[in-house]
Amino acid sequence: MKTTRFNELHKRLGGKMIEFCGWEMPVEYSGIIPEHMAVRTKAGLFDVSHMGEVLVTGKDALAYVQWLTPNDAAKLLPGQVQYTALMTPESTFVDDMLVYCVGPEEYLLVVNAANVDKDFAWIAGHTKGFEVNVENRSDAYSQVALQGPLAETILQPLTNIDLAGMKSFHWAKGRVVGKDCLVSRTGYTGEDGFEIYTTDPNPGVIWTTLIETGKPLGLLPIGLGARDTLRLESKLMLYGNDISDKTTVLEADLKWIVKLPKGDFLGKPVIEKQLAEGLKRKLVGFEMAEPGIARPHYPVYVNGQRVSEVASGTFSPFLKKAIGLVYLPIEATAVGTEFEIEIRTKRAKARVIPTPFYKRAAKK
Amino acid sequence: MYPNDFRYTKDHEWVKVAGDEALVGVTDFAQHQLGDIIYVELPPVGKELAPRQSIGVIESVKSVSDIYAPVSGQVVAVNGELAQTADLINKDPHGQGWIVRIKIKDKAEIEGLLSAGDYEKFLEGLEH
Repeated sequence: MKTTRFNELHKRLGGKMIEFCGWEMPVEYSGIIPEHMAVRTKAGLFDVSHMGEVLVTGKDALAYVQWLTPNDAAKLLPGQVQYTALMTPESTFVDDMLVYCVGPEEYLLVVNAANVDKDFAWIAGHTKGFEVNVENRSDAYSQVALQGPLAETILQPLTNIDLAGMKSFHWAKGRVVGKDCLVSRTGYTGEDGFEIYTTDPNPGVIWTTLIETGKPLGLLPIGLGARDTLRLESKLMLYGNDISDKTTVLEADLKWIVKLPKGDFLGKPVIEKQLAEGLKRKLVGFEMAEPGIARPHYPVYVNGQRVSEVASGTFSPFLKKAIGLVYLPIEATAVGTEFEIEIRTKRAKARVIPTPFYKRAAKK
Repeated sequence: MYPNDFRYTKDHEWVKVAGDEALVGVTDFAQHQLGDIIYVELPPVGKELAPRQSIGVIESVKSVSDIYAPVSGQVVAVNGELAQTADLINKDPHGQGWIVRIKIKDKAEIEGLLSAGDYEKFLEGLEH
C-alpha cells in the first residue's frame, strides 16, 4: 500500500486508516459528523496527497489542453485555475480535473487518485501533432487542503502570499511554514479554503503547524469520510459514482464546463448531437421522503420500472437528512418528482430536489 | 469497560440475562467502529429469532451493518428511543443504547457466548 508523507502524523492523531485506491489514508479521526461540522463552521485540514499531478509544457501546451478538455483554457491567465474534464470522443469522462495555468506553455493538471495511471496514459497517448512534453509528477507532490470559513485566518500568518488578495480559483507560488508551495483558493467541500501543493520531500511541518495553529480556533483533521459528505452536500462530482466513462458531460449536468465556441475538442460532435436531440437522462439531486438512507448502487424505480441505481447517497450531517444523486429518465427529473429507492428489501419514496443541497452564505 | 455480568459475541453484540429474558445491544468496540450512528432498523415485537439471524440494521454516516441475534428466542421489546436518538448507541452502548429484549428459548445457548474476559482477549487479537 502507498503512503503519503503525512502517514505517521495521521496515526499519531488517532486517524482510523483504510485502503483507498491503493493508498493508506485516514477515513476519520474524531468522527465524520464533528469533522464535517468543523469544516462548515470553523476549519478542517485534509491530506490529499494521493491526488495526481501531470505537468504539460511546450509550445503547443494551450492548444493541446484545449483539445483534451471541454472548458476554455484560453480564458485562463497565469495564476488562474479551472475545473474541467478529460473527455473521451463520446463526451464521457476519462476523469474530471483542475487545470492550473502557469503560462501559455505550461499547465499543471490535477487529477483523481483512482485515475492517475489511466489519465497519464490517456494524456501521453494523445500528444500526436502537438509539440508538448507531458510528465507524471504525482509522486513528487504532497498536497493538503485547508477548508472552512477560518481557513484564511489560520493560513495567513504562516505564508508570505497575500491571501486576502487571492480570489476563488486563483493560485500563487510562495512559502508556507518556510516550504516552497503552490497555494490555490480551491477545494472539494463547498467552503472557502485553500489547497497547498509542495514538492518538498519533508512537508510534515506544514501539516503539524497548520494543526497547531488552527486547533485553538476549532480546526480538526478531516478524513475521507467527511470529505465525501462535504463534497456531496455541495454537489461536487465523485468520479466512479457520479461521472464515469459511461456518462456524458451533459447528462452529468455539467454544461457549464462546456464551451463550444472555443473550437474543436474531443467529444464535441457528440455534445452538439445531444444538444440538438435532447438528453434521455440526467443527474439530479434527491432527498429521501421516507425513513432510510440511500447508498450507492441501491436500485431506483420510476413508476414501478427499474431505471437506474443510486450514484451517490449518504446522510447529510449539515442538513440532517438523507440525500443523494441519481441518473433519472429526463421526464422524471423535474424538481418535486417522486420516485422509489430499494433500501434492502423495502422500496422507500424519494423526491427530486434542487442542488447544490448546501451553499455557503455569500462573504460579507 | 466490558461489564462482567454480560456475555458477548464475536460479532460484537452483548447480552444481559435477567430471568428468562435477555437484553441485547452492541458493544463499545462496535459503536466505535461504526462511527456516528444515525438510524436503526428494529425488528417487530413478537418476531421469532434463530441464533445468528439478522435482527436489524444499524446505519452510520458511512456504513450499514447488520445486528445478529446472539441467541434464539422471541422479541418481546425494542428500544423505541432509538427511533429519534439512534446515537444513544454511541453515547451509552452498554446501557441506554440497548436494542432489543428477547425471551430466551434455550438457556444453554448463553453458555456458548464469550465472557467479558474472553471478549477483551478476542479484541486484543483483532488489533494485531
